[in-house]
Amino acid sequence: MKNKLISQLPYQDPFLFVDTIEDVSEDFIKGSYTFKASSWFYKGHFKDHPITPGVILTECAAQIGLASLGLFIFSQDKNSDLGKIRLAMTSTNIEFLKPVFPDEKVIIEAEKIYFRFNKLKSSVKMFNSNGDLILRGDIAGVILI
Amino acid sequence: MTAEVIQDKLKVIVQPYVNHQENFDNLTSKSDFINDLQINSANLVDVVLDVEDEFDIRIENDDMEKMISVEATVNVIQKKLETK
Repeated sequence: MKNKLISQLPYQDPFLFVDTIEDVSEDFIKGSYTFKASSWFYKGHFKDHPITPGVILTECAAQIGLASLGLFIFSQDKNSDLGKIRLAMTSTNIEFLKPVFPDEKVIIEAEKIYFRFNKLKSSVKMFNSNGDLILRGDIAGVILI
Repeated sequence: MTAEVIQDKLKVIVQPYVNHQENFDNLTSKSDFINDLQINSANLVDVVLDVEDEFDIRIENDDMEKMISVEATVNVIQKKLETK
């Protein structure tokens, strides 16, 4: 089920930022991703000083905490054809607390705030492997059928 | 509850989502959420959830689809309050 969820996400390399989904229910999801040192964005962010861009951390948090959780909730609800749905992120309110360097693994935990009228709003947190909080905030998106 | 009272409460609810201040200042019953107030369509869900909390009613999908203007929304709220 958890691997199937990843295969149903509408992303692929070099813009898939989900390695594992460890836990998922209608209210909660936990997953992880390791940022490969060879990733395209490190060449430019920053010159000679690679740090994972906040926009990529946000994307990673959204792919797990919003897209994966939303697809799971949606798939529970009806006999839906997940292959046909389109996703759109509609708002983010994110705080960044610590940097993420190349080859670091991050763990994302997200709780559903609400899922109504095909809109999901989640409260997300990202941790590094020491358990330090890297990012937290709210992300919302819609499922377009 | 009169339509006027509902509209005043609705005006407070939509304010955080408005992207056109002048049209908000001159809000009338004919104001359209998306075209006049330039509310992000995804935030209409938040307006509806705030309406549910404020008036203690439950909005269904077919009600939601009607709630595109101040007047239409006031009508939906009024009907819901009558059948409560």
